[in-house]
Amino acid sequence: MTILNKNERNNHKHENRFHYGQQNMWTGLLFGLGVVAFIDEVLFHQLLHWHHFYDKSTANIGLVSDGLFHAFSFFATIGSAFLLADLHRKHGFWLKRWLGGIFLGAGAFQLYDGIIQHKFMKLHQIRYNVDILPYDLFWNILASILMVIGIVLLIQTNQQKY
Amino acid sequence: MHSHETHTQNFSIIVQLLLVLPFLISLISYIVAVIYSNQHKKRWSRFRILSWILGHLCAIITLIGPFAELTHVNFSAHMIGHLLLGMLAPLLIALAAPMTLLLRSIPVKRARLISSILKNSYFSFVRNPIVASILNVGGLWLLYTTPLFTMMHESSLLFILIHIHIFLAGYLFTIAFIYIDPTPHQVSYVFRSIVLLVAVTAHSILSKHIYAYPPNHVPIEQAELGGMIMYYGGDAIEIGLVYLLFYQWFKRSRSSIYSPETFSN
Repeated sequence: MTILNKNERNNHKHENRFHYGQQNMWTGLLFGLGVVAFIDEVLFHQLLHWHHFYDKSTANIGLVSDGLFHAFSFFATIGSAFLLADLHRKHGFWLKRWLGGIFLGAGAFQLYDGIIQHKFMKLHQIRYNVDILPYDLFWNILASILMVIGIVLLIQTNQQKY
Repeated sequence: MHSHETHTQNFSIIVQLLLVLPFLISLISYIVAVIYSNQHKKRWSRFRILSWILGHLCAIITLIGPFAELTHVNFSAHMIGHLLLGMLAPLLIALAAPMTLLLRSIPVKRARLISSILKNSYFSFVRNPIVASILNVGGLWLLYTTPLFTMMHESSLLFILIHIHIFLAGYLFTIAFIYIDPTPHQVSYVFRSIVLLVAVTAHSILSKHIYAYPPNHVPIEQAELGGMIMYYGGDAIEIGLVYLLFYQWFKRSRSSIYSPETFSN
């Protein structure tokens, strides 16, 4: 009896989730993007010191791209937190779809960072004075896996809509 | 040579006093206005009073005293000064809602006159987020990538003008995005978010540019440290700005929540 009540209450809390499918996805996407950028900053720049603040071979377009994504990462993190609060107050939160957005956003940013920023724009490398290939492979394959998980979750939740 | 040094030192004390005087006057005026208007209006928020005082302290320690003198010779200290005077002080001062206080402290007739002045096309032009961003971040690009930075340390007049500009442009920038005081000609949250994103980007690119290409006569180590202070210190204050912008959106958009009945129709 109590379990039934609990389920009813949970359903009520998320009763509008099908109406906010898009917002759930975008909230997750922005959060995933922001979190990966944050991990990148804390782990690789500050703790491991693998990445460099500025690499002399950086092209101008690399600086612009880095600045834009740096600014966007904390915009996305803060913005997605408020969007999440907004979903909850509208009883529209949908965990699975939100997670799908997170995986897709995280993977997409990591892949962009790994291929466009590290390789084409030569912003900085993952690590210096080592054979870079295994690092690049691991980085980009992990990014692809994250993206695939995200896409699968999003497709699954997209079908549940109807 | 010795007399020349004492001369510039005396001169710089005059410059420091000139720059600090307006802040002292506004600090005292605010407190007087609070005491006066509290007598016949609702009590003024303590948070705002504290914010006003802290904002003024940030500006004053950058403009006078031992830290101010250090900012002339050390670029890292100069950068901390930039963050305090151009970013943190304006934010704290804007949060103290000085216009709201002014309008409630003076007779209604004069308050109407002031609000009609604030509605005129000049103020709405400079308060446009794009114009305010160009005046603020564009001014910084001009300062740090041209010989202006060296000239500023040689001419007292330029020094005063640039410091006034840094503070005013920082204040204008803050109130272009965060609406604390009554704001005529409001623009949408989406528009403000996009412009703020671009402005923050331009600020972080400039920090890395300074790191790589030091302004004239700045030693490379000081430029590197200064660039990083500008990058991460700027982030901290910008995160506050972004938080306030989204917080205002969150509170304002409460009225647009749909009830389940909206969907069943």
